[in-house]
Amino acid sequence: MNAVFDVPLYPYQRHADQNAADPQRHQAVIVGAGPVGLALAIDLAQQGIETLVVDDNDSVSSGSRAICFAKRTLEISDRLGVGQQLVDKGVEWHLGKVFCDTRKVYEFNLLAESGHRRPAFINLQQYYFEMAMLERVRVLQQQGAPLQLRGGNQVTAVVSESDCVRVQLTTPDGAYDLEADWLIACDGANSPVRHALGLDFVGRVFEDNFLIADVVMDANFPIERWFWFDPPFNRGQSALLHKQPDNVWRIDLQLGWDIDRDAEKQPEKVRQRLEAMLGGDIDFQLEWVSIYTFQCRRMEKFRHGRVIFAGDSAHQVSPFGARGANSGVQDADNLGWKLKAVIDGSAPRELIDSYDSERIYGADENIRNSTQSTDFITPKSTLSRLFRDAVLDLAEHYSFARGLVNSGRLSVPCVYDDSPLNTPDGMIDGPSRTRPGAPCPDLALSDGYLLQRLGGSFTLLLLNIDRSTAVDDIDGALKRLVLDSSKDSTGALNERYLGSAKQAVYLIRPDQHIAARWSTFEPDAIRRALSRALAGGPAR
Amino acid sequence: MTLILSPNMTQPDPFYAALLSAHEGLSDAESQSYNARLVLILANHIGDFKVLSQVLDAAKVGSLGDDS
Ligand SMILES: Cc1cc2nc3c(=O)[nH]c(=O)nc-3n(C[C@H](O)[C@H](O)[C@H](O)COP(=O)(O)OP(=O)(O)OC[C@H]3O[C@@H](n4cnc5c(N)ncnc54)[C@H](O)[C@@H]3O)c2cc1C
Repeated sequence: MNAVFDVPLYPYQRHADQNAADPQRHQAVIVGAGPVGLALAIDLAQQGIETLVVDDNDSVSSGSRAICFAKRTLEISDRLGVGQQLVDKGVEWHLGKVFCDTRKVYEFNLLAESGHRRPAFINLQQYYFEMAMLERVRVLQQQGAPLQLRGGNQVTAVVSESDCVRVQLTTPDGAYDLEADWLIACDGANSPVRHALGLDFVGRVFEDNFLIADVVMDANFPIERWFWFDPPFNRGQSALLHKQPDNVWRIDLQLGWDIDRDAEKQPEKVRQRLEAMLGGDIDFQLEWVSIYTFQCRRMEKFRHGRVIFAGDSAHQVSPFGARGANSGVQDADNLGWKLKAVIDGSAPRELIDSYDSERIYGADENIRNSTQSTDFITPKSTLSRLFRDAVLDLAEHYSFARGLVNSGRLSVPCVYDDSPLNTPDGMIDGPSRTRPGAPCPDLALSDGYLLQRLGGSFTLLLLNIDRSTAVDDIDGALKRLVLDSSKDSTGALNERYLGSAKQAVYLIRPDQHIAARWSTFEPDAIRRALSRALAGGPAR
Repeated sequence: MTLILSPNMTQPDPFYAALLSAHEGLSDAESQSYNARLVLILANHIGDFKVLSQVLDAAKVGSLGDDS
């Protein structure tokens, strides 16, 4: 089979840098063209930063790996110019069902709140996600964006100096050196950059194996997430069935720790297992099979001088909860505007340290959630199995216990409550979901959506305040958006941004997180908050 | 008072994680007696015998004997 991921999309080409006598210098070098590296590259290039992406490979992710992309990722993708493409190709789903043995014990509905442009989740093969990003890279290049992508370029050594990062690469034509103002390691869980710098990666390894198979079949299972505890076809273990585009279905079977991995990977063996699950009369083809174990861990720090880690290289979670790629894309979202501000000199370098604190906070939340799911799905002691089974027994009868059934708490963006960039809440009685640190919830406006209007720069959102007067020294740095809640018949603006307040002013960061809010318009306060959101940078 | 069987915990996932970690490192016998102490403390907190009787009945579902 000639799968999309077998096709070279950015084959190695010799570059003039390789002939140069001295190492050539680049503003930003991104190692790894996975979902995180590509998202960051697009973000930086869209802001005019000279960006070079290198990858030792030249195609998209082999096999689908990540399949669930969350709303926040789609919103970020909108900003990067690929959101619509992802949604068009993806499969939307709302319903999740949890079975124990043959009984259904629990069902959840991701019923999206109205007024959001994007659904709570879509399922999409990771290779399609990456292909959409690669197409966007090509479009940006055609438009003259300072963005390069080099396949067949393997990073073999990295040295971080105070004023630059030295990088050694190996290509089919031999080795060459480069220099970077900033190097962002998006090189995945095994991160060679992390190894090159001798950095730690500590956490917990889960002693379990999962068979993961993407099968192509013409089945009429509903488009729902089905999760089994202890099903007849996989006794004592768990199982998952989920739809992807092109009639591809994701099947996940827990195998236990003590197995012969090579034997389990044999197509006949896999087939046997799948037939037991699907019934013998369904015709299916195997698109991709892999056996994986997983770990929950992170680096102690994500920034090391001029080297910054993002995505799986910085943190790794179990797949339950779809937090890997989703959180990595949020890393990119968090880092892009900060790098831009620092490179431009409109913020001090300390701004990058806030990437470290905010995304470590996010990683810890993701690790905590996925660890808890994993403990529930694969109980590792008699006692935890006892409680797990008790919850499942009770869940069938009592709604309280359903909330304790944990087959993966699906990824939502975190609120940077303690971020040094936040200004203390100037609207204490305002809605809690829009407190400083929170990502802006979307809203339907008469002409599009709020998040579309925010775009990717600092924005002052004025609600029921008509301020035509300019504030000289901040207006250049801020975009203004004025909204009137009396014109919003849905009431969402009131509910999400005003609460009991009559009017409000929000300062919104380029990554659409809220930096500050007040119930009155005070230029001095806005000035101070903007400066704080830039880690003390000048407010102009 | 009737027994609450709809969601009532403020933070279910953290509670569940804390419950399991309280058992970490205990032998089976120790876990059993820890559970017994838990039951008694929770029962005392509930107090009302009528509610406690409902608890005793409610817990009979599942593998013990199904009442549905
Ligand atoms: C079975 C499974 C299911 C998953 N399901 C989900 C899900 O539903 N939702 C979700 O959000 N996440 C999911 N994930 C996680 C997701 O796949 C990863 O989190 C995601 O791929 C991380 O992206 P990344 O860009 O950080 O790293 P990667 O995708 O690993 O990309 C790293 C890139 O770096 C390149 N590279 C490595 N070394 C070098 C080098 N020396 N020089 C140059 N380039 C190099 C590689 O070629 C690669 O292209 C799943 C993972 C697995 C395994």
